[in-house]
Amino acid sequence: MSVVTENTATSATPAKPLAQRINWVKLAPWLYTIGLFVAWELLVIVLQTPPTILPAPSRVFQAIVQYWSPIWKNSLQTLYTTTVGFAIAVVAGLAIGLFIGWSKAIYAGLYPLMIGFNAIPKVALVPILVIWFGIGAVPAILTAFLISFFPIVVNVATGLATIEPETEDVLRALGAKKLDIMLKVGIPRSMPYFFGSLKVAITLAFVGSVVSETVASNYGLGNMMSSAQSQFNVPLVFAGLLMLAVEGIAMYALMAWIEMRMTGWAHRSTMSQ
Amino acid sequence: MPHLVTIDNVDMRYGGAAGTLAVSGLTMKVGKGEFAAVVGPSGCGKSTLMKLVTGLHIPQSGVVIVADKQVTKPVSIVGMAFQNPTMLPWRTTLDNILLPLEIVERHRHRLRANKKEYVEKAEHLLETVGLKGFGSKFPWQLSGGMQQRANLCRALIHEPELLMLDEPFGALDAFTREELWCVIRDLHAAQGVTIILVTHDLREATFLADRIFVMSARPGKVLKEHAVPFARPRDLEVMYEKAFNDMVHELHGEIASARVVA
Repeated sequence: MSVVTENTATSATPAKPLAQRINWVKLAPWLYTIGLFVAWELLVIVLQTPPTILPAPSRVFQAIVQYWSPIWKNSLQTLYTTTVGFAIAVVAGLAIGLFIGWSKAIYAGLYPLMIGFNAIPKVALVPILVIWFGIGAVPAILTAFLISFFPIVVNVATGLATIEPETEDVLRALGAKKLDIMLKVGIPRSMPYFFGSLKVAITLAFVGSVVSETVASNYGLGNMMSSAQSQFNVPLVFAGLLMLAVEGIAMYALMAWIEMRMTGWAHRSTMSQ
Repeated sequence: MPHLVTIDNVDMRYGGAAGTLAVSGLTMKVGKGEFAAVVGPSGCGKSTLMKLVTGLHIPQSGVVIVADKQVTKPVSIVGMAFQNPTMLPWRTTLDNILLPLEIVERHRHRLRANKKEYVEKAEHLLETVGLKGFGSKFPWQLSGGMQQRANLCRALIHEPELLMLDEPFGALDAFTREELWCVIRDLHAAQGVTIILVTHDLREATFLADRIFVMSARPGKVLKEHAVPFARPRDLEVMYEKAFNDMVHELHGEIASARVVA
């Protein structure tokens, strides 16, 4: 018996124990998510909360299966209004950001206005949008746009406004025009800020579209959750929240991926060697 | 010797009539092909001098003449290098060096068609400063000294008649600095470019320059002008000669008293 164990230990390369072969960092997000659901489930069991107050995750998943068709339809609707609003925000935010960052005077003049505008709760704008455009997808798209374009503008403008004065001097001494400096330095320089802001903006866009759908729409996850709530179908409300979380994570991951692809040079520590 | 840069009785005030007077009654002449160094106490308007000569600032009174023309706008026959190398991190070192060619009027329209010729020139410059084969690296993959070498290449790529250096070696360690002094010395000897070096380092000024201008505290003007007598080509060993140290000592004394007056 002892001879056999000695042989395996010396001749064959010793297999690492299972715990060392697993990449815990890669696995961690999944484990923590499962952990959260388990804790939630246990909490519900221990406290014996009724499903109309806090449904257990098992009950929520059951609701997802049960109502899959409306959930799927409304999820797509919300994803649609959010991404359209977000896309408009990207285009408009980039344009306004470049405009604001162009000169110190424009920056100084428009910045307080932007801050004031951003301070207005976007839910308060929904009724106005309904008056203008009626109930439906348009107010949701516009709310998503309005709420998410601000961080894009601020980041792009900041990138432009913080060009090193030495770089500007070197180029201006060579006869560079403002447009040259913007094209060669300003815009490439603001790209990491821009792509970084997309991650913030996309999550805000979901907030905007869902708020608007809740108040003023017949479609979308926001509308589905508010009607489920009025029928005391709390598991369906939670199912809607879960779908929103999944969509949010997916879009965030997409933005993070785009950021890495487009501005790898700004993440030098991960790229060098 | 014809003068490339003439500054005649120049006043420069920042921030309107009541603002700070940065230089006052500034007068200096730098000959073509000469290596001039400007030293002085901090805040003596050395950076203002840089901006006046390159045309980034236009003086309120007095005249700046560069290459026989009065300076009224950026002059574009000048290359600049600062203490901060300001390489653009999204461009490779080679593309960073080619940047001035995309700006300067007489090169920008030829660049696309003659790319190969310009790249060869950039690579030759890289070789001159000891960075052969580093063109494809990104600036942040280079050390501080290597970035400053690349910065010199960028300042020289469009064959400027005048090279303005504002404390280019200030942030480097002593040995790297001495290496780069030799690089600059050899570039000056080989290319015949006129150089104005603004520095706090008196040994650097004495080792490199033909002529040293000592400036007063703010508002800056030239207190004294020294011709540096040591024969070229100079070896780093010259810094251990008595005459060299005496000169550094004298400069040091002049600047110390300029500080006290201020």
